[in-house]
Amino acid sequence: MATALPLALAYLRERPLGTLLNILLSGIGVGTIVALALTLSQLEQRMERDASGIDLVIGAKGSPLQLILSTVFHIDIPTGNIAVAEAERIVAAPVVKRAIPLALGDSYRSYRIVGTSPSYVDLYRASLQAGRLWNVPLEAVVGAEVARITGLSAGKSFVGSHGLTDGGGHADHPYVVVGVLNATGSVIDRVILTQVESVWKVHGHGDATGTAHSGKNDASAAQANDDAMTAYLIQYATPLAAASFPRLVNASSRLQAASPAMETARLFNLLGVGIAAVKGFAVIMMLCAALGIFVGLMSALNERQADLALLRLLGASRATVFLTVIAQSFALGVAGVILGTLIGHVGAEFMGKALESNHRMALTGLMLIPEELWVAAGALGLAVLAGLFPAWRAYRNSVPELLSRA
Amino acid sequence: MVVDIRELNAGYRSKSVLSLVSLQIAKGEHTLLLGPSGCGKTTLLNVISGVMAPLGGRVSVNGVALERLTTGECDRFRGNNIGLVMQRLHLIAALTVSKNLRLAQRLAGVPVDDARILAVLEALAIGAKLHQYPRELSQGEAQRVAIARAVINRPALILADEPTSALDDANCAAAIDLLFAQANANYATLIVATHDERIKQRFARVVLLGTHS
Repeated sequence: MATALPLALAYLRERPLGTLLNILLSGIGVGTIVALALTLSQLEQRMERDASGIDLVIGAKGSPLQLILSTVFHIDIPTGNIAVAEAERIVAAPVVKRAIPLALGDSYRSYRIVGTSPSYVDLYRASLQAGRLWNVPLEAVVGAEVARITGLSAGKSFVGSHGLTDGGGHADHPYVVVGVLNATGSVIDRVILTQVESVWKVHGHGDATGTAHSGKNDASAAQANDDAMTAYLIQYATPLAAASFPRLVNASSRLQAASPAMETARLFNLLGVGIAAVKGFAVIMMLCAALGIFVGLMSALNERQADLALLRLLGASRATVFLTVIAQSFALGVAGVILGTLIGHVGAEFMGKALESNHRMALTGLMLIPEELWVAAGALGLAVLAGLFPAWRAYRNSVPELLSRA
Repeated sequence: MVVDIRELNAGYRSKSVLSLVSLQIAKGEHTLLLGPSGCGKTTLLNVISGVMAPLGGRVSVNGVALERLTTGECDRFRGNNIGLVMQRLHLIAALTVSKNLRLAQRLAGVPVDDARILAVLEALAIGAKLHQYPRELSQGEAQRVAIARAVINRPALILADEPTSALDDANCAAAIDLLFAQANANYATLIVATHDERIKQRFARVVLLGTHS
């Protein structure tokens, strides 16, 4: 190999255009797969983190996936509201360890305002970077990313807008920021937290009392107001609850139970077709690159018959000649993997910067994932495979015949 | 004897091209194999260099019976003991002059010796061409590089196939002078196969092949 590799590299340098084209094709294929793997891996990690500790979500009937997306990941509109009194009866079941109320509806600069209880902060193990938690309606605590992007800090005030976009505002009900949370890497970084009563007050539902919550069901204040809630995040007291509790919820005419784990799996199934299409495209690119390597090597082999004969005349074994050809395809594969890894990471980083503005997905290219090793191994294997036949032909060639043809 | 051939029958795919009862060439001897195209000169060089197995007979080079060597052993033996100059020079276009010679050393299993490379090139008056590519050389310079490559590993035997056929008279004489000088400088036996009668007078021993025999 000490002789074969430098010679192989010299041969590749001798035809720069073909070499660059092969590397580029291979690089784009590898880069697409790496970017896709980075995106999926981070999406899965993020969803896992965001749904961690939530066994079930109870909300209004409708699409269970929409319910999970809106209440756990805060990337969709809710399915509707549910009556607090009815939900309270359900979550009072002994199999429920904790029920965290969520009242959604407004946002500030596309960051959702979530009416909830302090248990939501505990759920994500978040801690205060500055200030304190809310005590009375219209006091708000902002997540780390919200604070960083919007500049909100303790003492500042803001006005919420309807929905998740910057629509009509509630200028008559400004919020005051009383605290900022430390970054957790989960969805709580990207929301604004307040009392459930704040949401009711902004939307003109009854008289909010600002009652402090306690016990398993933090919606006791809500019950007192006989008002509506968007959803409850449920933690089971026992894993056995998964078998019976969702059925109990779904038996109600107005409530539905949705499991974050199941809906996330369903979401990835739905995305699967698109992901498979992009992966297929990338694999086709890599196959084209392998074909390019094969055609390039076969053509070079025909051009360099004299060189191959000469190597043998100078004392090279058949194995050395074989390795000289294989080393070319291997070197092209290595260069393609290096370029592709760069393209994948830079692409993911740029995509992350582009997505940062709509707060839906925190994506970075500055991380390595184990899947990249498989992609690299696959690309190298394909490149070596493309070189096998030309190398075998070079191995089999007879020197006198080569010399007579050259 | 550097070359000892007995009852040789050589050819391609069972078709005999050359029959030779006996040929012995002594150490340091310069021999011309003369004959028209197709008479088997190249076949004989291929057999002597071990790249072609004879259909029958025995061939020894430098005391080693080639038929007893495996393909790998024969490749290594050739790299260490035989230098080759061909009509088409077959310099590797992707490598500089220096790297062409380094490759010859590496493939023969000889340690790379840059001082030796420079010395040989300077002896052939092309020391300045060390880092040039073959495409940047004149025909005469490229031929000198091919001769340098043939002698770089101090072979016991130098085989040259039609080294002068494409050259004019002046360059033909110069090429033969260089081959003689390098063979003498390396105490090597020289065998030149050609149909070029211009160089016949330069050799003390001429073996006629084909219609000449």
